[in-house]
Amino acid sequence: MISERRSARDSPPRANDSRTDARAQDTPAIKLAGVTKVFGSGNEVVQALGPLDLAVATGTFVSVVGPSGCGKSTLLRLIAGLDIPTEGKIWRYGAALDGPSREVAIVFQEHVLFPWASVLENVMLPADVLGLPKAPARERAFRLLETTGLKDFAGHKPHMLSGGMKQRAAFCRALLSDPQLLLLDEPFGALDALTREELSLELSRLWQDLGRTALLITHDIEEAILLGDRLIVMSSRPGRPRLDISVDLPRPRDVNTAKHPRFVEIKQMARGLLFTREQD
Amino acid sequence: MWKAIAGRSTTPLTYLALVIVWEAFVRAFNIPSWILPSPSAIAATAVTWAPELFFHSLATLRETLIGFVLALVFSLPLAVVIAFTTTLRRLLYPILLGLQSIPKVALAPLVILWLGVGELPKIVIVVLVCFFPILVNVVAGFEAVPKAMLDLMHSLRASEMSIFRRLRIPIATPHLFTGCKVAITFAVIGAVIGEFVAAQEGLGYLILISSAQSQTALAFAAILLLTVISVVLFYGIEFLEKRLVTWSP
Repeated sequence: MISERRSARDSPPRANDSRTDARAQDTPAIKLAGVTKVFGSGNEVVQALGPLDLAVATGTFVSVVGPSGCGKSTLLRLIAGLDIPTEGKIWRYGAALDGPSREVAIVFQEHVLFPWASVLENVMLPADVLGLPKAPARERAFRLLETTGLKDFAGHKPHMLSGGMKQRAAFCRALLSDPQLLLLDEPFGALDALTREELSLELSRLWQDLGRTALLITHDIEEAILLGDRLIVMSSRPGRPRLDISVDLPRPRDVNTAKHPRFVEIKQMARGLLFTREQD
Repeated sequence: MWKAIAGRSTTPLTYLALVIVWEAFVRAFNIPSWILPSPSAIAATAVTWAPELFFHSLATLRETLIGFVLALVFSLPLAVVIAFTTTLRRLLYPILLGLQSIPKVALAPLVILWLGVGELPKIVIVVLVCFFPILVNVVAGFEAVPKAMLDLMHSLRASEMSIFRRLRIPIATPHLFTGCKVAITFAVIGAVIGEFVAAQEGLGYLILISSAQSQTALAFAAILLLTVISVVLFYGIEFLEKRLVTWSP
């Protein structure tokens, strides 16, 4: 079902060389103009973000990397519609943003699975809340659990699963309603290094099959480059883009991608920027 | 294996030892039974008075359970109202807090004065005693929802009703049981307070009458029964909790 959807999509802006064209043609999945976010009031005002202009092309995977407190999570919450920008405007697929949408799914740093519900019930949550037809949703849930190797754990409670498995279940839940836009808020942040690498490659494959737009927020440069079509490096507070480059590395990406000279080059560039920021 | 048996039998053996020491102490020093009856004397009295003890236990148990259930029935909707409407919360919480600060023992004579000496005043006292611990814990439970879970529900555009049903109720359930466990031990005390002030039945009444007549062994038997009722009710709720809350937060 997942792979069928990909082939059914009309002209997916997949290959790297066609991306620039796709960006020009389509309305961007996300567009931000002059967006700022200020927390607090009176004397204790903190500008967390911006002013920020950003456009994310449909079908691309954009990675945003930055130091802690650079407002990257704030950026994701604004795009998700969970927070309102202090200034500026946000559009999703050409329409002004008004709160959360069923076309947008979030994967959080913590798995946020309900401990009282089984894995299947957790994955089915969007279907229950959004009132999607039960039978097809269930079928899709099982298919997602199968691709992520969780099929035999459908009836288990989350506490019986390992950290990596819990996060896989969280990915299944996010993908259940087949969202247009996937927002990833440090989704591997709570995992150990090994599971992290394994899961990020798995996500890379899964995303390629789905052909949806994705925005990844992370503080891990390698993860950001490994997954992204485009890399944005943010400055520390208030967060603004310091670097915005296309990650022109071949897909599918695998463990060897990290050895690619271009990968190393981009990594050095990004690291240099993050490092000089800490100096001044 | 011997270690496991030894580990399991430590508690009962300690209790048994205490009872033996008690018995030996009373016998060795010839303590009159109206001051401190020996365990064997209490047991003998309990057997002789078994029908009366049963009758009075039943009365106390009935008051306790009816009062407890009524407290649940009143406090749950009120907890919802307080948790979700700021105005009513501001209005009701100080009143409830004030009510909670009054020692219920001080209220008991008034309740009896207003409602007579029957079963009703005791039930009312039990409700008063049980109400607050349940209410406070359930309100806290409704508010103990992790922010990330709320974000998840909001990202799905879930209505407040849906969040309440799918998220707040399951999160509040363990808190409800915590409140119930506190309340049920209070409930037994509440019933006995009511019976102390004015009653014709119940274990509290029996304790009062038998002590007045220097039938100390009977008073002890009644006190032991009260303890048993308390403990059994407490573990009954804990059993229910283990059945219903099969997850750990």
